[in-house]
Amino acid sequence: MATIEARGLRKMFGTNVALGGIDLRVEEGRILGMIGPNGAGKTTALNAILGLTSYEGELKVLGRDPWTNRDELMCEVSFIADVAVLPRWIRVSQLLDYVAGVHPRFDRAKAENFLARTTIKRTSKVRELSKGMVAQLHLAIVMAIDARLLVLDEPTLGLDILYRKQFYDSLLNDYFDRSRTIIVTTHQVEEVQDVLTDLMFIDRGRIVLECSMEEFDSRYLEVMVNPEHLAAARALKPMYERPVFGRSVLLFDGVDRDHLEMLGEVRRPSIADLFVAVMTGHASKPEKANLGIEEKGVLR
Amino acid sequence: MNAQSNIVPDAAGGSASSHRHATPQPFYWSVWRELWENRSIYIAPILVAVVVLFGFLVSTVGLPERRQEVLLDAAKAGAKIQEPYNTAAIMLIVTAFIVGVFYCLDALYGERRDRSILFWKSLPVSDRTTLLSKATIPLVVLPLVTFAVVVATQLLMMLWTTVLLISHGMSPASTWTYVPLFRNSFILLYGLAAIALWHAPIYGWALLVSGWARRATFLWAVVPFIAIGCFEKITFGTSHFASMLKDRVMGFAPKAFAFQMHSVDSPQLTPGAYLSSPGLWLGLVAAAVFIVIAIRLRRYRGPL
Repeated sequence: MATIEARGLRKMFGTNVALGGIDLRVEEGRILGMIGPNGAGKTTALNAILGLTSYEGELKVLGRDPWTNRDELMCEVSFIADVAVLPRWIRVSQLLDYVAGVHPRFDRAKAENFLARTTIKRTSKVRELSKGMVAQLHLAIVMAIDARLLVLDEPTLGLDILYRKQFYDSLLNDYFDRSRTIIVTTHQVEEVQDVLTDLMFIDRGRIVLECSMEEFDSRYLEVMVNPEHLAAARALKPMYERPVFGRSVLLFDGVDRDHLEMLGEVRRPSIADLFVAVMTGHASKPEKANLGIEEKGVLR
Repeated sequence: MNAQSNIVPDAAGGSASSHRHATPQPFYWSVWRELWENRSIYIAPILVAVVVLFGFLVSTVGLPERRQEVLLDAAKAGAKIQEPYNTAAIMLIVTAFIVGVFYCLDALYGERRDRSILFWKSLPVSDRTTLLSKATIPLVVLPLVTFAVVVATQLLMMLWTTVLLISHGMSPASTWTYVPLFRNSFILLYGLAAIALWHAPIYGWALLVSGWARRATFLWAVVPFIAIGCFEKITFGTSHFASMLKDRVMGFAPKAFAFQMHSVDSPQLTPGAYLSSPGLWLGLVAAAVFIVIAIRLRRYRGPL
C-alpha cells in the first residue's frame, strides 16, 4: 500500500480550480518536495491529504479517507502547517502535557531530549519565544511523534539561515528512516535539493513534473556553452537558455552527457533552474511543454 | 514493506514505549487546555468575589449596633441578615453567565483567528471531542467554579461577622442561625444546575456563531434577535419574541423555585415543575442542534 494514493483529486473554490484532478502516488520511505508558485494548489493538495478540506475524486492516506477520518489519521500523520501555528498563550510544559495526554504515539522523553539541546525553557510561553525557537519547539514535538507520514508546508518560512539548516539536519538525522514518508513544500528549493528523494512541480492545480532525484540527476544537465558551439548546442533543443556573465547557459533534458561535454562546461542544474525552465515553458505552451513533460506518466 | 514498517519502530522503541500514555484521554486534556487558555473562567469570579468581600467589609462598619436593632424585629431579621449573602451569590452567578457567553463566542473563533486551529487539527482529537470539551466549560466547569467561589465568599463573610460580633461582646449565633450555610449551598448547587441547563441553548448558539462568523462574533450572535424583536414590535405591535428571549434568560427561576412573597430568601425547590417544563427540553434540543452544527462547522472551517 502506498502512503498516499490519489486519483482525479479535484478542488474548486467558486469558479477557481485549485486542483484540477491530479493523480498522485507516494510510496513509503520517500521524501517528496512539492514545488510550485504561489497559488499553484500545493497547500490545497496538502490540506486534502490532511483532512482539512473536502475534495472530489479518490484519495487514500495510509488507507484512510482523510476528510471523514481526520482524528484517526492524525495518530499516524503529523504536520507543520506553518511556522506560527502553535497557540501563543500556551506554556511549553502545558504543550507537552497536552500532546502527551491526547497522542497515543507521542514519546515525551524524546521531545524533552530535543528541547534539552535548545535554549527553550519549560516555563516559557510560546509568545515569549523567538520565531526560530517556536519552529524548534514544533519540530521537537513532531519528531517525538512516531508518525508514518510527516507533512511540512513551508516549515522554514521566515527563519534565519542557521535555524533552517538545523531544521533539515535534525529532520534527516534524528527523525527520518525508511519506514516514514515526508512531504515538504517550500520556496527555498536550494536547501531541500539534497534532502529530497522525489520532486514534483505543481502549477495551476496540475502536476507539471514528477521525477525521483536519481532521474533528475541523470536526465537534466546544464551546460555553460562556449560561444563557438552555441549554434550546435541550440540545435539540440535545450529546455531553457539564460545568460550568465555574458555566456549562455543551456538546460537540456535527456541529452547524452558526453555529447554535451564537447560543447562546454557541464554541471548538475539546481532545482530552481529546472523550475524556472519548466514554468516558463509551461506558461508559454501550457498544453505541450517543449520538454515533453506535461502529464505524469510520461516520465514513469 | 508494510510488515517491516510495523516491526522496526516497535523493536527500536520498545523501552521508550513504557514512557508513553497507555490510553490517551483527549476529552480530559481538552478541558484542561480550555482552562489554561481561558483563565477568566476562574479569575473573573474570584475578582468579583474580592470586590463583594471588600464591599461587605465596608458595610460592616457599625454592624454590631445595627444587628441589635435588626434582631428586635424578629419577623424581618432573617431576611435582613441574609440579604448580603444572597446578593453575593447572585452577583457571582451573573458573572459566570457573562463569562460563559463570552467564552463560547471566542471558543471556535479565537483558534481560527490566531491560526492555532492548524495545530489543534494536527492532533488525533476529533471535532466532536473538541466541541464537547468546549461546551463542558459553561455547562459544568463554570457552575462548579461559581459554587466553590460563592461558598468560600459566604463563609468568609460569616467568619468576619462572627469575629466582629464577638469582639463587641455579642453572640454570633444570629448570623449562623439566619444564614444556613449548608442549606444555602444545597440550594445554590441545585440552582446552578437548573440555570446551566436552562441557558444551554444560549451557549450552544454562541458556540455556533463562534464557529461560523468571520468577525464580530458578539454582533452576529445578538443582532439577529434584536432585529426580529424590532420587526415584530413595529409590524404587529407585539413583543412575544422579546418575552420569549427574556424567558430564556430568566425563566428558570419560576420553574425551578417557588418563592414566598416576591423574595429570594429561602425559596422552595420545585425540581418536578422544572423537569416537566417544556421550555427546559426545547432548550436542550436546540442546544444539541446548535452544537452538532458547530461540530460540522469546525470540520469545514480553516484559519481566517
